[in-house]
Amino acid sequence: MEILASIVQSLEEGDEETVSELTREALGQGLKARDILDKGLIAGMNAVGVKFREHEVFLPDVLLSAKAMNAGMKHLKPHFAKEGVPNIGKVVLGTVHGDLHDIGKNLVSIMLKGAGFDVVDLGKDIIPEAFVDAAVREEAGFLGLSALLTTTMPVMKDVVDLVKKRGLSGKLRVIVGGAPVSEDYARQIGADLYAFDAASAVDRLKAAVGR
Amino acid sequence: MTAGLLERLRAGQVLVADGAMGTMLQERGLKPGDCPEAVNLERPVVLEEIARLYLEAGADLVQTNTFGGSPMKLAQYGLDDRTEEVNRSAVEAVRRAVGGQALVSFSCGPTGRMLKPYGDADPEEVRRAFCRQLKAAAAAGADVVCVETMTDLGEAVLAVEASKSAAPGVPVMATMTFDRTKKGYRTIMGVSVAQAAEGLAKAGADVVGSNCGNGIDNMVEIAREFLRSTRIPLLVQSNAGMPEMRGGRAVYGETPELMASKVAALLEAGANIIGGCCGTTPAHIAAIRKAVSAKSPGR
Repeated sequence: MEILASIVQSLEEGDEETVSELTREALGQGLKARDILDKGLIAGMNAVGVKFREHEVFLPDVLLSAKAMNAGMKHLKPHFAKEGVPNIGKVVLGTVHGDLHDIGKNLVSIMLKGAGFDVVDLGKDIIPEAFVDAAVREEAGFLGLSALLTTTMPVMKDVVDLVKKRGLSGKLRVIVGGAPVSEDYARQIGADLYAFDAASAVDRLKAAVGR
Repeated sequence: MTAGLLERLRAGQVLVADGAMGTMLQERGLKPGDCPEAVNLERPVVLEEIARLYLEAGADLVQTNTFGGSPMKLAQYGLDDRTEEVNRSAVEAVRRAVGGQALVSFSCGPTGRMLKPYGDADPEEVRRAFCRQLKAAAAAGADVVCVETMTDLGEAVLAVEASKSAAPGVPVMATMTFDRTKKGYRTIMGVSVAQAAEGLAKAGADVVGSNCGNGIDNMVEIAREFLRSTRIPLLVQSNAGMPEMRGGRAVYGETPELMASKVAALLEAGANIIGGCCGTTPAHIAAIRKAVSAKSPGR
């Protein structure tokens, strides 16, 4: 089990090479890919997420840790084919139409993956139809919308309205976030969930799937 | 004709910069998702009108609509091959409007790409992009370059250095955007005010400071921190608070009167140039002008 603690530590330090090596080593010791993910990579990413929220670390540290996580995931992926893919929920994610800002959205994507969600990142400048179509195609339970600009925030409402219009309310829940977005605004437009930042997106979605 | 920026600062003058550009463009037809800099090609007369409003409000520096004018950013709209034209047109529009009564301040925002190792952008590629934009700025006769809304000190330094090499002789101002955290004021990339002051000065910035952010009270504190770290002249351009959505429109809470009431504190904290960012209007700038002139005569 010591090796898992080392993975957590190296991941927190953003040490891509060591995380990659240790993950391979852990598999070599016969540990289950699922355990390495949960108790190593995800545990490490969670710790980074908490530190980010507490302002103990900043965006560069999170990005380096995410790279390290991906390096570890590469070794685990072939094993998930046999053991089954870990997945506590599926989220289709993107920045709304007219908005080209994706740093925050990318961060949410990283943290959700780190928490064990299956994330489909559509990218930026996504029109409402593309959001809803992708969510249906991917059979996702959640739709995550991001906006940085006050001028593009209203597009979030268009997406929420389209979800209702297609009769997907309840089955497909919408979570919104971004610098100008508030809990109040989320309520006003009828979104199911609101996240203040990337860490709270993880908290809210985990709560929503009963974790 | 006005004297140069550095001359006026050396003479101890406090200057007023202008306010928001984006909201002014939206009121004149810019749609969400449109490239703001495309206006420079299509309707430069709008830029003249906005510049005139800020000049009449009493701004000593009037900004160009070139925040996203680096070829890296323009590429997102397929306009990168028109970089020179986009930037030149913006400078010319402001110059026509101010007619020598204010300095033409050339806005230079982030590329929108994350530098290696955190992202995939190569520093030399970013440097080249800034150089290309700022060469166009200098050729068109910008009086000042204003590198702004930076969060990564590495990128800010590249922009300042690019300005020094591509626009030699043109003074450079550089501002970063700070949030209030448990560790004091930091950019989202974790840069402290002291680190920003030191890094930007080392890169050759003639003026340093802060823009955007969460309202003018924070700016007063940020200005104080700058004063503790550097003797370089200080530029402060605050948002009019955080936006709230009302009826599908963004409303910024801080009134011209409220912002103007903080001018004395900003001057005390060492600010040499005071302007506005998101949510500020010519009315905010007029109020700031009045407060500055009352406190610091000699314009």
